Amino acid sequence: MTLKSKIAIIDLTKNEIRTEPISEKMRRLYLGGRGIGAHLIYNHVEPRTDPLGPGNVLVISAGILTGTMAPAASRVHFGGKSPVTNGFGSSNMGGYFGPELKFAGFEHLVIKGASPKPVYLWVHDGEIEIRDASHLWGKDTFETPQIIRDELEDEEIKVACIGLAGENQVRLANFRTGPKDSAGRTGTGCIAGSKKLKAIAVRGHQDLKLAHPKEALQYAKKVVDQIMSTKVAKAMSVDGTSFIWNVTNTSGLLEFYNGQVNKLENWRGLTIEAFEKYKTGMAGCFNCTVHCRHQFRINDGAWAGTFGEGPEYNTQTALGSFGADNWETLLVGWHLANKYGIDTTGWSNDVRGVMELYQRGIIDKEVTGGLDLSWDNANQLIPILLEQTAKKEGLGAILAEGSLGIIRELSKYSKDVEYYILHVKGLGKLGNVDRVQPSFALGIATSTRGADHLRSRPALDHYHLPEDVLKKLYGGYVSSDFRSYEGKARMVRWHELTYAVVDCIGTCKFQTVFFSPNLPAYKEWVNYLKYITGLEFTEEELFNIGERVYTLERMFNYREAGYTRKDDRIPERCIREPLKYGLPAIKGGHIDRKKFNKMLDEYYELHGWDKEGLPLPETLKRLELDEEPPYKLER
Amino acid sequence: MILVDYTKCTGCRLCETVCSVMNTGACNPERSRIKIIRWEWEGLQIPTLCLQCDEPACVTVCPVKALSRNSGSGCVKLNLSLCIGCKLCMQACPFGAMSYDFIKKEMIKCEFCDGDPACVKFCETQALQFVDVSNASLRKKRSLGAQVLMAIGKSEGAL
Repeated sequence: MTLKSKIAIIDLTKNEIRTEPISEKMRRLYLGGRGIGAHLIYNHVEPRTDPLGPGNVLVISAGILTGTMAPAASRVHFGGKSPVTNGFGSSNMGGYFGPELKFAGFEHLVIKGASPKPVYLWVHDGEIEIRDASHLWGKDTFETPQIIRDELEDEEIKVACIGLAGENQVRLANFRTGPKDSAGRTGTGCIAGSKKLKAIAVRGHQDLKLAHPKEALQYAKKVVDQIMSTKVAKAMSVDGTSFIWNVTNTSGLLEFYNGQVNKLENWRGLTIEAFEKYKTGMAGCFNCTVHCRHQFRINDGAWAGTFGEGPEYNTQTALGSFGADNWETLLVGWHLANKYGIDTTGWSNDVRGVMELYQRGIIDKEVTGGLDLSWDNANQLIPILLEQTAKKEGLGAILAEGSLGIIRELSKYSKDVEYYILHVKGLGKLGNVDRVQPSFALGIATSTRGADHLRSRPALDHYHLPEDVLKKLYGGYVSSDFRSYEGKARMVRWHELTYAVVDCIGTCKFQTVFFSPNLPAYKEWVNYLKYITGLEFTEEELFNIGERVYTLERMFNYREAGYTRKDDRIPERCIREPLKYGLPAIKGGHIDRKKFNKMLDEYYELHGWDKEGLPLPETLKRLELDEEPPYKLER
Repeated sequence: MILVDYTKCTGCRLCETVCSVMNTGACNPERSRIKIIRWEWEGLQIPTLCLQCDEPACVTVCPVKALSRNSGSGCVKLNLSLCIGCKLCMQACPFGAMSYDFIKKEMIKCEFCDGDPACVKFCETQALQFVDVSNASLRKKRSLGAQVLMAIGKSEGAL
């Protein structure tokens, strides 16, 4: 059965492995994927532990429907106590690793303790072995999977591994699988490095039996047709997530040079049209009909022969935000970040910040190790700085510590350093504008993993949908003007809880209401949960699961890092510096502190949290979170 | 026949999943009749499945005549009530199209889902198409013809 997948608890210190079934109660409360993962993280991380110590855990969680024919059910979460934010670490990836984990009989792996020597896990058909990885230490994320496949003599083995950055405990190190997929954010690769865990290899032959196979098949076809009938699916099939770059760029919705301006002079080399000369095809993650993964090859020059999949819009806005003027720079940056295993989004943010410090004369060549960090040098700097970061050499030793570490290290040169390193809860911001849309700003401010769009971003806010449609969707008044603060607390809350449900299910967020109200949401989830697993949920019950998961993550953040209202902030720049360029509706935009605070109050109230953003006792009771260990510990 | 155009395959493997569901009631690519071979660093995905040969090696070697050609659909059918599981067909097939279902402990092969192959139905890019054998090559001929048309500047090459 799909519901028979197990939880494995792997203790690397004691060299012990045990398995647990997933109870029906746990399914009712947390569903699967990120939800059960959050419960496991909350219960297995030793409170207030060092994220790089053996008291931290690495939790890998496939969704309840991952591996089934629910559309794009490929997703798997990597989490733990984040070495980047000190709070809830959580990152999601597609590809084939998650489904294979399910076919191997597991939905969650909880990896505790730390090994004295490099190891990897071999997970196959209900069994788990801890194997020596001395020969893999030092290998990159492209070589490692093949070495494992060769030694285990099975080409179908799926591997998630860390690269040099993870081994060296670079804070922003990630987990990767295949040419394309990364659980990129919040530093789960760094946690693995601290545990000397190089890789997890999975292979399974087990059935995910369906409750109602015939209906499930028919329904899957119907939902696939529904997805493919949308314009966004068609656009993504051709241009991937990059399909929006031209629009956001020309309207003034992208930030450049660390958010100093929202206009790039030399942008023509970065368009999706300019990418065409590198593109060789499109590929899909497990069971995805949209296939938004570009395949590319660099045919000439120093990097001739480089092949890869991606990059995403997000990488385009990240690596393309500090002066790079051609795709080759982006592709090489993407290639190297993947090879070493580094979060491109967070890393680019931190580099932008440090480059602005250099621009302003706050740091000089003595600090940069002789590098000229002028914006004009971006094309040359990206590969150099990525290598330095992975190896913790030169300026890389500072970059490797993430936003909070950089602020700590460089504040001795000026008290303004914090202003220029843009982050929320220690996680770097994306390269897109979020100061003209209060909903986007509230989303990154309150996100349980720090500045990130995939926690709650209501992309729909830009669509100017009729207000009666919005009212129906969100259950209350929401302004259709993306610059308005009215109803945006409700909108953000709805999206964050909804995305939490998607992450529990294990399908791709881009095939849900994220991009279009015509893409699957609660109605579809209720149906395919019923046909595939036999579990019956109401739409409201699913929404409540999302709320429970989000609130538990919030509790973890308070318990581990003391995060409260003061940390639900946006970078000061978004408040103090109005946008200089863009369409009339965008130019001049910035966040109003007073209105933002009022919106935050509304958001807390909708959640049943107090003025400090902490869940009230009655909220905990309503969500049955009073059964979890207390989150307010004695300091 | 199921016509394969590997250049259109995105490697999503939905065909494997729906094949296994159709035939076993479970999601399990290992029990699928179709298999995508992926060369991830070449960006190539190759669908492989039974080619329903005119002179099938599997039929020739089957000692109990469990395999036979269906004259109507052109499909090579496996009669499980006769099959003794000797796996000679698996050894003889040059394309690896005969597989062993290790859960049910029986031989499996593509039999076109009784004339409505699930893999084709779910293949969004039409890398798999269920076509009449007699028309199959005409499609390729038209495609070649269109290239000529494009070469002499009479068309944008849209088919």
